[in-house]
Amino acid sequence: MIEIPVLTTTVEKMAQWARRSSVWPVTFGLACCAIEMMSMGASRYDLARFGAEVFRASPRQADLMIVAGRLSRKMAPALRRIYDQMPEPKWVISMGACASCGGVFDNYAVVQGVDRVVPVDVFVPGCPPRPEALLYGIISLQRKIDQQRAFEYPRG
Amino acid sequence: MDSRAVVVALETLVPGARVEAVPAIDQPTVLVGAGFLVAVCTALRDAPDLRFTALVDIVGVDMMPRVPRFDVNYSLVATSVVARLRVKVQVDGDTPRMPSVVGVWPAAGFLEREVWDLLGVTFDGHPDLRRLLTPDDWTGHPLRKDYPVQIDAPVKVHEPLQMTEEQFRANIRNDRQVRKGDS
Repeated sequence: MIEIPVLTTTVEKMAQWARRSSVWPVTFGLACCAIEMMSMGASRYDLARFGAEVFRASPRQADLMIVAGRLSRKMAPALRRIYDQMPEPKWVISMGACASCGGVFDNYAVVQGVDRVVPVDVFVPGCPPRPEALLYGIISLQRKIDQQRAFEYPRG
Repeated sequence: MDSRAVVVALETLVPGARVEAVPAIDQPTVLVGAGFLVAVCTALRDAPDLRFTALVDIVGVDMMPRVPRFDVNYSLVATSVVARLRVKVQVDGDTPRMPSVVGVWPAAGFLEREVWDLLGVTFDGHPDLRRLLTPDDWTGHPLRKDYPVQIDAPVKVHEPLQMTEEQFRANIRNDRQVRKGDS
């Protein structure tokens, strides 16, 4: 008799496990937060441990947009277009004070929070956030993806 | 070369021009009447003992309670004798106008667009006076002292395509033709 190791799970859990294990961010840095984002991706903090190190140069291949820095009103249509070009399912991390609420740039030129332009899943505080903080943001996003439903079910 | 010497040189080169030396802490500065700006700038560029061939920057300043309200500063460099000069022009009014120096230094094109965009100083004779830093559909001139710090306007998240569908298709057809020609 041969013993075959078997794990039982649901397709949904399996799908969300796969999704959260390789969240590929789109290469999109707006300001100094992008330096910390690069640092997070590099060898010292090593984002590869969480499967999200593949910064794609094309939004068509990305699942995650990390808005790293202040978003000017002139840049807002471009950010929205890149977000629209990403395939579903997609997530957004708002990194730092400027992206989350405008930060020190309380003026006419800067969008006071990127949630006015795209739906945000995780806000990471800091000015700029340390790479550990952004790593925690990505881990939080992975937890969130784990709890999300993979498919849309008919109601009722 | 101090500002006094520049004024003396300009008085012979551009007769009747309103030019005066003004005190400045860092470099020679002359104040020029807006009507004589192009003649004075041409003289500064071409006169053999001046030769201010490089226009480095144009800086507009809003000195609001003051009349005239706006300063426009031209930073010039003479590359042959290593000298710097600041030419200052003062204009007034809600929609100030002054002549463009694009014909003298082509570098003025973007710099004057910036001053127009942020301060609303119109440069007569500029070939393409569009906004440079703010979005194309912006209203107002943000660096003016009476412009609000925070505005209550919705964020624009959509930009119309800048070409029609016919142009887009023609572009693709043209591209395919070129590729075919290459292989």
